[in-house]
Amino acid sequence: MAVTESVQGSAGERRRATAGKELDGSRPLPGWRRYWPMYAAVSPFFFLFAVFGVFPVGYSIYLSFMSWDGIGDMKGVGWENYAYLLTDGDFWQSITNTLIIWVLSTVPMIFLALVIAYALHTTVRFKAFYRVAYFMPNITSIVAMTLVLGSVFSNSSGLLNNMLRAISAGEVGWLSDPWAMKVAVAAITTWRWVGYNAIICLAGLQAISSDIYEAARVDGANNRQTFFRITIPMLRPVILFVAITSTIGGLQLFTEPQVLFPDAAGNVGGPGGEATTIVLYLYQQAFIFNRFGYGAAIGWALFILIAVFSVINWRLIGGRDELAADKRKGKRRAR
Amino acid sequence: MLGHTVLMLGVVITVFPFYWMFVMASNTTADIFSYPPKLVPGSHLWENMSKVLDKTDFWGSMALTIVAATGTTILVLLIDSLAAFAFAKYDFPARNVLFAIVLATFMIPMQLALVPQFVTLAWLGWVGSLKALILPGAANAFGIFWMRQYAKGAIADELIHAAKVDGAGFFRQWWTVGLPVLRPGLAFLGIFTFFTIWNDYLWPLIVMTDPGKLPLQVAVQQLNGIYTTDQSMVIAGALMSVIPLIGVFLIGARHFIANLAAGAMKF
Repeated sequence: MAVTESVQGSAGERRRATAGKELDGSRPLPGWRRYWPMYAAVSPFFFLFAVFGVFPVGYSIYLSFMSWDGIGDMKGVGWENYAYLLTDGDFWQSITNTLIIWVLSTVPMIFLALVIAYALHTTVRFKAFYRVAYFMPNITSIVAMTLVLGSVFSNSSGLLNNMLRAISAGEVGWLSDPWAMKVAVAAITTWRWVGYNAIICLAGLQAISSDIYEAARVDGANNRQTFFRITIPMLRPVILFVAITSTIGGLQLFTEPQVLFPDAAGNVGGPGGEATTIVLYLYQQAFIFNRFGYGAAIGWALFILIAVFSVINWRLIGGRDELAADKRKGKRRAR
Repeated sequence: MLGHTVLMLGVVITVFPFYWMFVMASNTTADIFSYPPKLVPGSHLWENMSKVLDKTDFWGSMALTIVAATGTTILVLLIDSLAAFAFAKYDFPARNVLFAIVLATFMIPMQLALVPQFVTLAWLGWVGSLKALILPGAANAFGIFWMRQYAKGAIADELIHAAKVDGAGFFRQWWTVGLPVLRPGLAFLGIFTFFTIWNDYLWPLIVMTDPGKLPLQVAVQQLNGIYTTDQSMVIAGALMSVIPLIGVFLIGARHFIANLAAGAMKF
């Protein structure tokens, strides 16, 4: 363990060097007496995490091989839950729905976030106002705002359809048409996260040293070239952060479709379950139908999906960095 | 100029739902869904809000949510600042391994643990209790990571030396040297945690099963389930549930946003 920059180490040295013996003796305390406060300081987190994190996750492996309604006896069913998962049309539909909604929200969101961040970066006045305004959706409750936007999207007399009717564009079944439903959910998600991601991208833009731009200008690069050759490549780590958090968040979408399509009968995700996301399906199976074993299995499927997509993101956005580095190395070697 | 046009257009779209929330909450349901619709605030705000207060235990729900959010926030601040102080400023065997474990816990999506977490709480007999709302959220790895970064830069080694020379032990050093310097960071983490718990929906929906003890988000959603034909009243309830947050946010917004962006840059 490196002791170089630690307070303990340098305090010990200083004590020896200056104060000599008159402080707490020249010999360091034995390990346990010296270190117990630090272990005590970090232990509450580990204790809580063991109880509410490690144990449940471990237990969910066991649970996923059980059939259990939460009240009666558990029954071991082997791989049955997973086998059923593979053939369960509703589960696959929830994956398709989630992925469609994720694409419909993430792609415009990252694009708009970059545009807003760039506009904020190049604007001098009212910056503080813009930042606060753009950030507002992110801190307000999803439930409340989904209710508001839900009535904007309302089929018969919602604001949006009223406006479409006013310009004779015909109405859209925002809450009943399979595609329009997904667009509505994606729009609510996008609305909530664009500002947040724009602020993150803005921080990334501000971290790029102005010397680089200066050098490019001296070399005769135009605005377009500097944007695509400098800004975007330098922003790659930030875009990766935004992409990964959007993926993790997008795959775990729950509140928007749950609030947008309320149903007392235990159905979720609106007409035909066209807006049922994976977590919403998990919620329905485990907590409405009391299929805890199956719910645990869905949880693991979700985990695998998130892991796979995070790796894909990493490869797509982060990986090119290494590729570029390899190319540069290759060039240097060639020279 | 083009920049401002783009930004203003974005602001209009971003802020419109808030305006529309106010319009809906202050008109009658018939007015909002009439054609052409009413696009300006009306005079029925008080009436709609009274209906919410009459028909639901709104204050009870709000009190429950305030207690849960405050309780979690205090626990997170204590636990995370202690751990972050130790991780940032002291050396002890296995420190790096332990910190790596904290970071690794980021990777686990909590949806994975949803079912077994509920089962665990059911065993403990905590379903429907405040403990179920507070304790699982108190294990906050993000907070430790963030506070450690903050503490590394903010707390000068000399201050800790001085406290040591005065004979202060680790916990006295944390209390007298660490916490005062960490205060701005604690303010951010505190607001962040408070907002997260206030807005959390899935977990409270699962564990708070007693219809007489519903946290705010669940209560507002149920309002929509029961009184779905009276949208003005439902939206008035929604408005009442977000006003405290918007208030807190507007007071500390600049500080909050700057810290959040800085946090993301550290990844």
